[in-house]
Amino acid sequence: MTRTTGTGRASIVLRSPARAALPEVSLRIDLRFIVVCAGLLAATVAVFLVALGVGDYAIPLNDVLATLAGGGTPQSRLVVGEWRLPRAFLGIVLGAALGMSGAVFQSLTRNPLGSPDIIGFSTGAYTGGLVVILLFGGGYLQTAVGAIVGGLITAVLVYALAYRRGIQGFRLIIVGIGVSAALSSVNSWLVTRANLDDAMQAAVWGSGTLSGLGYEQLWPVLGLLCLVCPVLLGHAPALRQLELGDDAARALGLRAEAVRLSALLWGIVLVAIATAAAGPIAFIALVAPQIARRLLGSASVALLPAAVTGGLLLLSSDLVAQRAFAPTQLPVGVMTVTVGGAYFVWLLVREGRKR
Amino acid sequence: MTRQKRTATMPASTPASVTTGSGTTASSTARLRTDDLTIGYDKRVISEHLSVLIPDGSFTVIVGPNACGKSTLLRGLARLLRPRQGQVLLDGRSIAAFGGKELAREVGLLPQTSLAPDGITVFDLVARGRYPHQKLLTQWSADDERAVAAALTATSTTELSTRLVDELSGGQRQRVWVAMALAQETPILLLDEPTTFLDIAHQIELLELFRQLHSQGRTLVAVLHDLNQAARYATHLIAMKDGSVVAEGTPRELVTEDLVDEVFGLRCRVIDDPVAGCPMVIPLGTASLP
Repeated sequence: MTRTTGTGRASIVLRSPARAALPEVSLRIDLRFIVVCAGLLAATVAVFLVALGVGDYAIPLNDVLATLAGGGTPQSRLVVGEWRLPRAFLGIVLGAALGMSGAVFQSLTRNPLGSPDIIGFSTGAYTGGLVVILLFGGGYLQTAVGAIVGGLITAVLVYALAYRRGIQGFRLIIVGIGVSAALSSVNSWLVTRANLDDAMQAAVWGSGTLSGLGYEQLWPVLGLLCLVCPVLLGHAPALRQLELGDDAARALGLRAEAVRLSALLWGIVLVAIATAAAGPIAFIALVAPQIARRLLGSASVALLPAAVTGGLLLLSSDLVAQRAFAPTQLPVGVMTVTVGGAYFVWLLVREGRKR
Repeated sequence: MTRQKRTATMPASTPASVTTGSGTTASSTARLRTDDLTIGYDKRVISEHLSVLIPDGSFTVIVGPNACGKSTLLRGLARLLRPRQGQVLLDGRSIAAFGGKELAREVGLLPQTSLAPDGITVFDLVARGRYPHQKLLTQWSADDERAVAAALTATSTTELSTRLVDELSGGQRQRVWVAMALAQETPILLLDEPTTFLDIAHQIELLELFRQLHSQGRTLVAVLHDLNQAARYATHLIAMKDGSVVAEGTPRELVTEDLVDEVFGLRCRVIDDPVAGCPMVIPLGTASLP
């Protein structure tokens, strides 16, 4: 292990000793990357513990810790273990999924505005969910399936409409905004035709909420993410090369269009998982990669830090959404839209000034 | 043109004999060649039935008027365009059959346009040239480190290595992109209009760098606009017009008043460059001079 200089960024180089029986390993890890990720993880753990403790039944920290260790009082085991733990965990993993998928989209479009929200997936998922709730009076599972189908159809549509000799980032965003706008009017029309109960249910689901989620959502989500995230992390070096432009990337041995399609697909799978579990939670995918990038001061939108940031963001947003107007609980989506919306305006103004 | 079997790689000094458009076979070895290549974008065919070869160890420059297909040919050689017919051969094997990274370890390209991600340092950009040599677990081997350092040294960008690419001048930035292509460590390097957008001093600086790289044994293939620069720096010229190769040979053989008129439609005098001794084109202009 050595520290390198002259690279402009402090980094650590890890290399397996030569002639070792193990496969050769060599990595260069940015120091700031380690510090930022460790800091974000520590903050996540802190917020996690707070989220488990506070609420209508306040549980002291040592009872929370005892419960996590397998002990605790019967009351704390119920409140922390059964009610709050799965929800807080879901906040972290769903936020991580959204953050990572946002990083994929922003890397592919080379644009901080690129996110599954902007290119129409979320609106399409909402349409799918609405159709199921309003026309078939669907339960949780049916709504989730409807959302995934709606989101995928929209994504395929946007991809096809934006395709011209391969996919170019900016066209993907423009087409996505157009398709989103058309779909949101469909969504509004669907809601106006619904009866009051259905409309209420659709509105709550449609803003994205972690309320009422438990272990039966946590385990499948966790299992799927354990499959998808490593695949995407394996794409990370290729995504980095793609940021140099297609010609340079291909000259360096990358199958540009194949990598793009694959990363896009897995990115959409990540949002689909999150949407199916909690409804379309807006803006985490847009904001998390950019916050991570600023914290890292790096050139690329990195997948792992974006995921960690996303987890922290959604967990914190959900905590605030639950406690800010207690006993009234807001859907977490309302929170992320408010915070994310403000950030989005700032980003647009800033991008506008740069040109 | 008759197809040649690959022979053992020969040293750079092997002279390339002239081939003309009608197609006499060259006697030199050429790892990289095209065989009856037809190439274009979408439905538009740019070049048809091209059979050119890139002599090993040469500094080959492709010249010709705008839209004659010279960049298209270069993109074909780099596998950025898929042939509609015919093939590009490296060591007698179609480059379409090479793996992505496998070809990128043999043939490098400095593209016409590249994007440097915002806020990337020179070092990190040059390091990305190592991609074809890296695997999932070997992202930064001792070889990578050595190659990047060598590329920075060769392009005199070592002292820039901690700077952000966005902050550099046009000339510096182009040198950094060259460094990235060098870090790739390919025996063959393709350069697509590398001097465009640079002032004359930086153009010469870059061309001198290419000459130096060539003298170290690399095969270079460049598309250049300036015929005089091509005549001065190339060891082998390929003249193209309307998607076809008009002539191939040394600058001395090719840069003649007749050929410049034929290829560019420009009447000119050709004199000896007083500094380098190579042929030099002096346009006559449209005014009727003798």
